[in-house]
Amino acid sequence: MAKPEKVKLPKPGELSNIDFKTPATDWMDTPVNFKPGTYAWGAKEKDLLTLGLPNPRQWSPADEDWKLPEGWKTTILDGIAERLSKYRSFKIFMDICVRCGACADKCHFYIGSGDPKNMPVLRAELLRSVYKKYFTKSGKFLGRLAGGRELTEDVLKEWWYYFFQCTECRRCSVFCPYGIDQAEVTIIGRELLNLVGLNIDWIAGPAAACYMKGNHLGLEPHAITGNIETMCDDIEDLTGIRIEPSFNRKGADILFITPSGDLLGDPGIFTNMGYLMLFHELGLNYTWSTYASEGGNFGFFTSNDMAKRLNYKIYAEAKRLGVKWIIGGECGHMWRVLNQYMDTWNGPADFLEVPRSPITGTVFENARSTKMVHITEFTADLIKHNKLKLDPSRNNHLKVTYHDSCNTSRGMGLLEEPRYIIKAACNNFYEMPENTIREKTFCCGSGSGLNASENMEQRMRGGFARANAVKYVKEKHGVNVLANICAVDRAALPALMDYWVGGVDVYGTHELLANALVMTGEKERTTDLRGDDLPGKEGNE
Amino acid sequence: MKVLFSFLTVIVLVLVAAVGSVLNLKFAFGIIIPYLAFVMFVGGFVCRVIKWGRSPVPYRIPTTCGQQKTLPWIKQDKIENPTSALGVIARMAMEILFFRSLFRNLKTEVSEGPNGPKISYGSAKWLWIGSLVFHWSFLIIVIRHLRFFLEPVPGFVRIADALDGMLQIGLPPIYLTDLFFLLAVTFLLVRRFVIPQVRYISLPADFFPLFMIMSIAISGILMRYFYKVDIIAVKELAIGLAQLHPVLPAGIGDIFYVHIFLISVLFAYFPLSKLMHMGGIFLSPTRNMMNNSRIVRHINPWNHAVEVHTYAQYEDEFREKMKKAGIPVEKE
Repeated sequence: MAKPEKVKLPKPGELSNIDFKTPATDWMDTPVNFKPGTYAWGAKEKDLLTLGLPNPRQWSPADEDWKLPEGWKTTILDGIAERLSKYRSFKIFMDICVRCGACADKCHFYIGSGDPKNMPVLRAELLRSVYKKYFTKSGKFLGRLAGGRELTEDVLKEWWYYFFQCTECRRCSVFCPYGIDQAEVTIIGRELLNLVGLNIDWIAGPAAACYMKGNHLGLEPHAITGNIETMCDDIEDLTGIRIEPSFNRKGADILFITPSGDLLGDPGIFTNMGYLMLFHELGLNYTWSTYASEGGNFGFFTSNDMAKRLNYKIYAEAKRLGVKWIIGGECGHMWRVLNQYMDTWNGPADFLEVPRSPITGTVFENARSTKMVHITEFTADLIKHNKLKLDPSRNNHLKVTYHDSCNTSRGMGLLEEPRYIIKAACNNFYEMPENTIREKTFCCGSGSGLNASENMEQRMRGGFARANAVKYVKEKHGVNVLANICAVDRAALPALMDYWVGGVDVYGTHELLANALVMTGEKERTTDLRGDDLPGKEGNE
Repeated sequence: MKVLFSFLTVIVLVLVAAVGSVLNLKFAFGIIIPYLAFVMFVGGFVCRVIKWGRSPVPYRIPTTCGQQKTLPWIKQDKIENPTSALGVIARMAMEILFFRSLFRNLKTEVSEGPNGPKISYGSAKWLWIGSLVFHWSFLIIVIRHLRFFLEPVPGFVRIADALDGMLQIGLPPIYLTDLFFLLAVTFLLVRRFVIPQVRYISLPADFFPLFMIMSIAISGILMRYFYKVDIIAVKELAIGLAQLHPVLPAGIGDIFYVHIFLISVLFAYFPLSKLMHMGGIFLSPTRNMMNNSRIVRHINPWNHAVEVHTYAQYEDEFREKMKKAGIPVEKE
C-alpha cells in the first residue's frame, strides 16, 4: 500500500500565485489530479471497524486500486435513491441550479486554488451529473448533452477528492439565489462515499475515538481530569485561587460540554481556563462529564446517523446526572449540530428545564426546547447585568479582531454575543472588512474534518481568504489577536496565521474574558493567561 | 460545441415550424401542439412539485444571514434570520420578487499588493440587474399576452399594457419590456460566453433555454413591428384555445406559427429542465424555514434508532481508571 507522501509545504509566494484560467478541456474530460499535500490520508481499517462502517480494509488514496467492495456501483446508486427520498434539499438542489456562477468566487477553496472544481456549482455538478444520468429522463436519453455522465471508479475518486475538500462552510449558500447549499451536497456526497468505505483518516479516527471514549482526542477519563487539574494549577499560579471543578457529578444544576480541543494543547486550554475561572467566580453549580466530553461532532462529517450516534451522549448524560440544563462551549460545528439537529435526533429533552441563568434570572427563551445555551449567550447576559467585574486594560497589549465561525454565523446567527464579550473585555477591537465577516465570513480552511497535516497545502489555500482579511487589519490597525469561538479555529488558525500573516495569535473569546475578569480574592496578576506580561506590570516579578 | 448544438436545435425548431406552416399543417401547429404543450407544462410542473414535496425536510437547516433571536437586548434580524412565519414570508418575498441573495453578490479579485497578494471584494450587481430585468420583463410580457386569451380584457392587463406601451413612437406603440427583455436575455447569454468561469460551468441545458427564449422574443417582435400578422385573427385563435372551442382563422402570417411553436416547445421542456427553479425556489429549505430549532422541536419523519455507546458500556471499560481519578461511578 502506497502511503501518500507527506510533502513539504510550498512557500506562500508560490501558493499565492493562483491561476484562475480554466482548463482547455471540459471538466468532464479533465481528470482529477491527486497532488500530494492537497488531500488527506484514507480512513484506517480499525476505525471503520470500531464504528461499524462498511468495507474496512487497508487502503491508500495514492493506490490505483481502492479496494472497493463488490457491487459498489449499485450501492452508490441505491444510496442516491434513498437520499433523494429522504431529503427534499437534495432533490431540489440537484434540480434547480441554473449555473449562474454567483457562488463560484465565494468559495475559499476556489479563491485559494483556482481549481474550477472547487467552485461550489461545479463541485455539486460532480454529483449532479451522476444524478442526471441515472435519475432523470433527460439524462437517461440525452446523456452528456443533458449534463449526465456514467458513474465510474474515476468519478468516485473525484468525489472523494473534492467532497473532502469542502469545509461545509455554507458561504456559497448565502450568495445563491435559490439558497442551494453545497454543504448539503457535500454531506450527502460524503455519506455516499462512506457506504463503500471511503472516508479520511482525520475524520474516521476522531469519530471512532469519540464513540468509544467520549471525545475526539480519545482522552480517557483520568486524562481529562488530569488535564483540567493542570489548568487549575496554572490558574492558581496566576491568581492565587484554587479551583476544584467536579466531574460526572449527580445533583449539579448544569452540565458543561465543550469540544475536546479545549482540553488539550495550546491555545485551546487557555479558553478552557477561561471557562473554569468564569464558572468559579460565579459559584456556578455545574459539572463536567468525561463520558459526554465532546461538543464537536466528527460524525457530522461522516453521515447523519453517525452524527446522531455521537450526539446522543449529551442528552443521555444530562439525564443520567439529573442536571437542569446544559451550557455548551466555544465550537463551530458543535453549534450547527446543536442548533439544527440535536433536538430532532435525540430529543425531546423534556427531562430538562428551560435554561435560566441562576446569576441573572434570565430565561433563555431561544433555547426553550433544546435546553442548551451557548456560553457566549450566557456570558453576554452576565456582562449586560453587571455581574462580572472586568478590567479590560489587562488586554491592552492585545489588538483584537474577531473571526466569525462559519457554523455559528451561517447556521445560527450568533454574531453579536461574542462581539459584546470581546468589547467588554478588550479596549482594542477592530473588525475585518465587511465582506469577510458575519454571514459572509470566510472559513479557516480546515473545518469539517480537514485539519490534518498531510493536506497542509490545501488548508493554506483554503484559509488564504481568511488570512488575507486578517492581514488587512494587521497592517491597518496593528492587530495581533484573532479571536474566535471555535475549537477547530483554535487548532487551525495558528498555522494559517504563521503561514500567511505572521505575528497574529489565536485566542478563544473566553480567554480574553478571563484575562479581564477580576476574581474575588485574587492576587495581583502580572501576566495574562499565556504568561505574557500585563501592560504596566512588566518587571514586577 | 455545447453552444452550437443548442443553437442549431433552436434553428431546427424554427425551420420545423416554418415548414409546417408553409405545408399548411396549421391545425397541428396552431391547436394540437399548443394544447399538448400546455398539458405537458402544467402536468409536468405539478408532478415535479409533488415529487419534491414527497421527500421530507428532516432537519431544520436555514442559512442564517443575520443575528439570531437571543437575549432581549440584542436586536434580531427578523427577516434574514426569521423565527416567525411572517419573517419567512418577508424573506421569501425579498428573494422571489427582488432576488435578495443575488443582490449580495460580490466580485472577488486577487491582485499583487506591496506586501504580497491582496484579495478585494467589489460590488457586482450586473447579474442581479440583468436577471431582475429579465424576469420582470418576462412576467409583464406574459401578463400582457393575457389580452389575447381573455374577453373582456381585465383591468390589470390593460394597465400593464398601457404602462408598457407608454413610450409611444408611431404605431403600434413600442413595448418597453420587449426592449428590456431582449437586452437582458442577450446579456445573460453574452456573460455565458465571455466570463471564462461561467463558460466553463455552462452545459447545453444552459444555452438552449436562452436561445429558445431569445428566438421567441425575436419572432414576437418581428411579428408585431415588422411582418405584421392579423391581430384580430390571432385573438380569435387564442380565445378559441382558451375556451376549448378551437377555431383556426385563415390569414395569420407564417411567423405566428413559428412564435407559437417555439413557445410550445419551451412550455413542454420547462418541467424537465432547470427552468423549474421557478417552482423550486419556493421549496428551498435553506431559505423557507425559520431558525427556531432550539425553541421548537422539529420532527424528522424517518428519524430512526441508531446504535450508541452507552454510559454503562463506557463505565465498564473505564471503571478502575475512573475510581482512581476520583470520578464517581455507578457500580463499585
